[in-house]
This record gives sequence, C-alpha cells and structure tokens, in this order.
Amino acid sequence: MAITYTSGEQVEVYRFSIPATVLIPLTAVFLQAWLPLRFPFFSIFDLPLLVTIGFATARRSPLTGLLTGSVIGILQDALTHHPIGLYGISKTVVGFGASSLGIKLDVEHAGARFLLTIFFYAVHELVYFMISRGLVGLRMARGWPHECWSGVANAVLGVLIFMLLDRVKQRT
Amino acid sequence: MDVLGRYRNLIVLVGVLFAQVLGLAVQVKRTSDSEPTRLIRVWAVDAVTPLEKALVWVQTSTGNVWHNYFYLRGVRAENRSLKQQIERMSLEQVRMSQDADQARRLQALLAFKEQFISATMAAQVIGSSGSEQSRSLYIDKGEGAGIKPDMAVITADGIVGKVLRVYSSTSLVLLINDQSSGVGAILERSRLQGILKGTSTGEVALEKVMSDETVPAGELVLTSGGDGVFPKGLLVGTVTKVAPGSELFLNIRVRPAANLNKLEEVLVVTKIDERQAQPEQTGATRAVDILAERLPTVPPKPENAEKGAVPGPPAPSSTSSDAKPKTVPPEASASSGAPAARKTASSAPSSSGAAAGTRAMKVSPQPVKAAAEPKPQSAAQDTPH
Repeated sequence: MAITYTSGEQVEVYRFSIPATVLIPLTAVFLQAWLPLRFPFFSIFDLPLLVTIGFATARRSPLTGLLTGSVIGILQDALTHHPIGLYGISKTVVGFGASSLGIKLDVEHAGARFLLTIFFYAVHELVYFMISRGLVGLRMARGWPHECWSGVANAVLGVLIFMLLDRVKQRT
Repeated sequence: MDVLGRYRNLIVLVGVLFAQVLGLAVQVKRTSDSEPTRLIRVWAVDAVTPLEKALVWVQTSTGNVWHNYFYLRGVRAENRSLKQQIERMSLEQVRMSQDADQARRLQALLAFKEQFISATMAAQVIGSSGSEQSRSLYIDKGEGAGIKPDMAVITADGIVGKVLRVYSSTSLVLLINDQSSGVGAILERSRLQGILKGTSTGEVALEKVMSDETVPAGELVLTSGGDGVFPKGLLVGTVTKVAPGSELFLNIRVRPAANLNKLEEVLVVTKIDERQAQPEQTGATRAVDILAERLPTVPPKPENAEKGAVPGPPAPSSTSSDAKPKTVPPEASASSGAPAARKTASSAPSSSGAAAGTRAMKVSPQPVKAAAEPKPQSAAQDTPH
C-alpha cells in the first residue's frame, strides 16, 4: 500500500519557508562536522544526504531538488580537503532522482521512506565512488557489509528526520 | 523550444553536473601549495566554525566550572601540577643521559644540524570534516594567531598531522591517517626509513620498507625529519602488524601513539630552530678519546698502595679535557633525549585553548641507544689525528 502509483492530482507538493530552507541544511552540515568528534560512530551517517532526500521528496520538483542537492553537497565538500564537487555531484543526482521519484510515488509512509532512503544512499555512494575514483584518484576501500549497515542506519535515521521535516513543511 | 520546455529538468541537471565536473577537473589539475583558498571554502568554514567554537566553549566552560569549583575543588589542580612535575623530572633524567651527550659529540664531528622545537601553540579541536573519506580536523587558531600551512601538529602522546589550510580564525589540520597524508618515518631500533601514509580505512601504514628487512611488531616509529614538516625524533606510533606486501615492500601497519579519534587539544609547532651541535673540545676530538671514554674505569688505588702501583688506564671521567664534551648549555638542557622526544615538554594546553608559548625543547636527531652502537668504528677512521 505504501509504494503505489498515484495520479498527479493526489500528490501533494510542499514547500519550506526561507529560514527553514537555509537553516536546516546548515544545521545538518554543522552536525555532520561536529558530532563525529564526540561520537566517532556518527561518521557513518550522512545528515546532509538525508536532508537532501527529505527536501526533494517534499517539494517534488526536479529542478529544485537538483539545485538543493548541489548546494548542500558543495557546502559539505567545502569542509573537506578534497576538491569541491564530489559530494556536490552525488547529491545533485540524488536530489534530482528523489524529487522525480517523489512525483510518481507516495512517499509519505514510513516504509516507503525507509526503502527510498536506502536506495538513494546506494545511488549516492555509487556516484561518489565513480567520481572520486575516476576523476580524483581517491581510493575507497569500504566493503559491502559496511555499506549495507550504513545504508540501513541512514534509512532509520532518515525516517526520523523526515518526520521532523513534516512539522516544518507547508502545503502549497 | 518545445524540446527545451519538455526536457528542461534534464537539461538543467546535465548543465549543473557538467559545471561541477568541470570545476572538479580544474581543481584537480591545478592543485598546488600556492593555490589560494577558494571563496566557497571560506564561506562554508565561516558559516560553520563559529557555532562549533561556541559549542566547544560552552562545553569546556561548564566542565571547568564543575570540575574546578564544585567537584573536588583544588584536587584536580594539584593532581595536574604533580603530573607536570613528574613529567619535568623525567625529562631532566633523560637529558642527563650520557648516551645523548655521546650522540651529540658524534654529530658535531659530522657537522649535523639539530632541530629544536622552540615554540608551540595550544589549540582546541572544534570540528571535523564530516566525511569518512576526508580525515581532517578544524582547530580554533588561524592566521590571526600566526598559524601557517605545513606547520606540524602534535600532542604529548605523538604526532597528529599538519596544518593544511589556514583561515582567519581557524585552520584545517590533515591527520596522519588520511590517504593524502605522508610523513617521513624511521624505525627506532633498526633505523629503517619509510613513508607513513594513511589508508582508505583510516589506518596508518609504513610504506617503502624493503621486503627483505626484518621489522618486529612492537617497534616504535619516529619521525625522520625528511618531510620538512615534523622535526626528527617525534613519536609516531608502534608497529602492530607486518606482512608481505605487493611488489618489493612490506605491508606494515602502525598504531598511532596519539588517539586520532578523540582529540580535544593539540599543539601546533610554530617555530623550529636549527643549530649545529657544539661540543666542548677546543680541538678535534680524537677517536681514541671517544673509545677511551667507553672503557671501564679502574678506581685509583688507596694511598698506602700507590708507591708500588702501576697506573691503570685513565677513567673515562678523567680523560684529557680536550676530548671531554661540553656540558649541554642551559637552553638545550631543557631539551630531552629520544625517549622524552616522544612527549612534548611544553606545558599541557590550557582548557580554554589559549595560545601558550613553550620553552625550547630539543628533539634528539637520533635515538640514544641506536646511535651508540655502530658509530665509534667509523668515527675512529674518520677523525683526523
């Protein structure tokens, strides 16, 4: 029941206020940089990615989704010492894909969100791997078990974050 | 136009991706140390780091108030000062080691220059990069405090990394376990040199050690000074695993001495001085004098047996003055030999992270014991008579 095709009229499109649009991604990037200092295990999460997916699926606009992903990704890149664009490209693709999929699927249910997050986490990691390996020459040696557990962990956290975003989004 | 409208989203997606790939390509091609920091990085760092600093300050202040005033008031301060006193006394003991003096004399013969960490600055860790692929930290000192790129960052336990980028009030430190990090390293006992690099999983590996060499687990790894960032003799870590690697080199894993996952305060080496070792002798030191010092001493016979006694070999302490090494000057006397080079002699960084200049600390170019073993033979051959 959760993942069903819905017609265009039944899909609700939401928007976020300007303060929420600015502060939520900034907060996500900040927490991503600060929390691993105190809790090293937190580095397996990708809060900016979850916020990108949340924004994209709520707004349901591919254009807005890809631009949101691009900005959030570039901001995340700027804090690392790698070239700017690795996370930018990955999250641009995720933002576009999540918003495109959000038009066609009902993503209000927790189960749908869980699966959606796992899927786009995998897409994000794949794109990041290809870009970093192919263009920059970085070596990524994380194994499949680590990626699987990271995906599940991010999906669980994503469901919680989407519930928080539900309180902030506004109907258009 | 109809096509443009129909595929507008895809066109914008391709355009944005292309622009980012182009930007990536330009950055990768033009990577150089003299490249100025991109404005987007400055904006992102300026947006995030003030909040990190504020949070760390609140956390530290609250902890200080509790620990210093409400909880075991005064006891912690006393404990801290006693620990510092013990550390100072340990450093004094090492300093007076005769092996360190001997190594210094030999270096003087070969005209080696010694490096001294003459100034450090305490800094607090306020944030990380937020990515498992980028192992770096942000500290709360930047250009305004005199931090410059490629300054070494250490703790009392061992080295941490180097300053990669400097902003106005914060700096990015690249950890030694990052893939793009490289540190010149040397094994303490075997004196084998290699390059310490980070792996993609966050471990530290010692590379470029030939596979026919023997490296025991548990051996200490020190900085070799060859990278021009870290002075020689600082503790890096301990060898944990040695296995045959690819090509001609061993696969050596090193456990860093500093806990890179739980760093709160670090020291930035802001000044390194070089000077040539100054032995005491006025003329050239003869190899025979150096060897004579190593001979066991024969205590002088009591007075009543002196008349018929044959003078024994001179005691090392009574060797001719021109071969006796100079007492280490006070400036260097605050320094430490190799074992103490593993811990910084600077005072523990304050919890508020205030900059702290420290007294000069000498880093022994060679660990004491290893320098003592094979050298005299070559010194005997090289020293002019």
